[in-house]
Amino acid sequence: MIIQSIFFYIFSFIAIVSAIMVTVSRNTVHSVFFLILDFVSISCLFIMGGAEFLGMIMLIVYVGAVAVLFLFVVMMLNVAQQENEWFQSKKNSATSSSHIPIGFLISAIIFFELVIVIGGWKLKPEIETFNNISLNLGITNTHSIGAVLYTDYIHLFQISGMILLVSMIGAIVLTYRKRSGLKRQSYIKQISRERAGGIELIDVEKNKGVNIDV
Amino acid sequence: MVDYLNIFFLETYKIMLLILPVLTAVALIVWLDRRVWAFVQKRRGPNVVGPFGLFQSLADALKYIFKEIIIPATSNKIIFILAPIVTMTLALIAWAVIPFGKGIVLSDINVGILYLFAVSSLGVYGIIMGGWASNSKYPFFGSIRSAAQMVSYEVSIGVIIINVLLCVGSLNLSDIVMAQEKMWFIIPLFPMFVIFFISALAETNRPPFDLPEAEAELVAGYQTEYSGMMYAMFWLGEYANILLMCAIGSILFLGGWLSPINIYPFILIPSPIWLIIKIILLFLLFALVKAIVPRYRYDQLMKLGWKVFLPFSLFYVVLTSSFLLYFDLLPGN
Repeated sequence: MIIQSIFFYIFSFIAIVSAIMVTVSRNTVHSVFFLILDFVSISCLFIMGGAEFLGMIMLIVYVGAVAVLFLFVVMMLNVAQQENEWFQSKKNSATSSSHIPIGFLISAIIFFELVIVIGGWKLKPEIETFNNISLNLGITNTHSIGAVLYTDYIHLFQISGMILLVSMIGAIVLTYRKRSGLKRQSYIKQISRERAGGIELIDVEKNKGVNIDV
Repeated sequence: MVDYLNIFFLETYKIMLLILPVLTAVALIVWLDRRVWAFVQKRRGPNVVGPFGLFQSLADALKYIFKEIIIPATSNKIIFILAPIVTMTLALIAWAVIPFGKGIVLSDINVGILYLFAVSSLGVYGIIMGGWASNSKYPFFGSIRSAAQMVSYEVSIGVIIINVLLCVGSLNLSDIVMAQEKMWFIIPLFPMFVIFFISALAETNRPPFDLPEAEAELVAGYQTEYSGMMYAMFWLGEYANILLMCAIGSILFLGGWLSPINIYPFILIPSPIWLIIKIILLFLLFALVKAIVPRYRYDQLMKLGWKVFLPFSLFYVVLTSSFLLYFDLLPGN
């Protein structure tokens, strides 16, 4: 058991330190890399806890896709070289001082919620209703997640799918703009082009020229 | 404490037994790739160092080791050095779950195929880090292109894996192989095999999808600023990834370590040999494609990934699952 607890403390230490570094580091790209490190160590913690399916999905979805998009945005917007000025409130108070109270408010709310949840759970253990899902250790946890997700929680599952679909369509609609004067390639048009339609012989009048772009 | 040390040394021994052949295989496969490429173009290819030029990669590696590593002054040094290490490590750790036979596997985890998928999706980071940390135009363009390309084709590879999993009912790689005892999945899922092969080409940045390092446009893409051993590590990582994709393809569709026919002379050959033969055959296909197909245009590449492969493989998921449901062939219960 000693080895397990050593690894647990290593991973949780890395997770906490990198979470702090996400907010503290000056370079935004470094922040995203620390965020990735955080995700990876948290998925390691999941795997150590026996939830290997959750850990792998965490790696695939968050590290493999979401964090790549974060990196894309941060790199493309060229905020990489911008100094992170949020913690230097004295130097130029006009930009920075307005952010800190909001941040403190949000973190206080999250902390308060955590206190309520964990306090309630400690005071009245019967609040926790998850115990009625019997844990069958004979089957893999991929199997057991699937068995609950697609039967008992099918409506929640489908509603979350609908929410994702709606937000995806919303994002596309918000960013879509029709550009005019765009020439698109059409394979069918290209393949079905014949000599008769492609070549035309014209007697060009003197000093008039031909209008090609019709 | 002695127990832990014993376990530690045993595992290290096993890992060495896996890593050294993989690295040797990568060196040989580089040689094979150049050789096939040369034969298609009626050249001789590397044939000087050793018999048939087999030791060419060794000579190249020696050359790279003695070259100077140049780190650009304006680069982000830590990330610049980290990038090839990440690429190489990710290409090698994936081999931990590849089964070479019944029980011949380093770690037989329950979510083996998810692990492979996760590791191959992390491969993007080596490229993005290298491109960004170089702090130069062409590497950055190359890495952005490459990241977009790899993320897009990963989606279709994921859906293809779902197709296979529907027929198996388990995420364990050994189970996936054992489910193909009666029939290899290449027969019922042949279109998926074709799409997997093309997506694997795109995922590993092989020609005709080698746009990230299109030398006519981007010098060498994300590797432009790298030199010496760091460049060699990128290179090794790339080929180890190609080998890994061949291994995944042969496990998912070609029956892994199983012999093609279960009769007398074939079952004498040990199972790892079968897997290696299948990997080499798939790799020969990779090498041939490199030699005979011209490079894609970037917008065509994206169109192929999102508008052709993704809808088709999704359609095939529906087809497979309804077929299995109708004929009551669903695995499990």
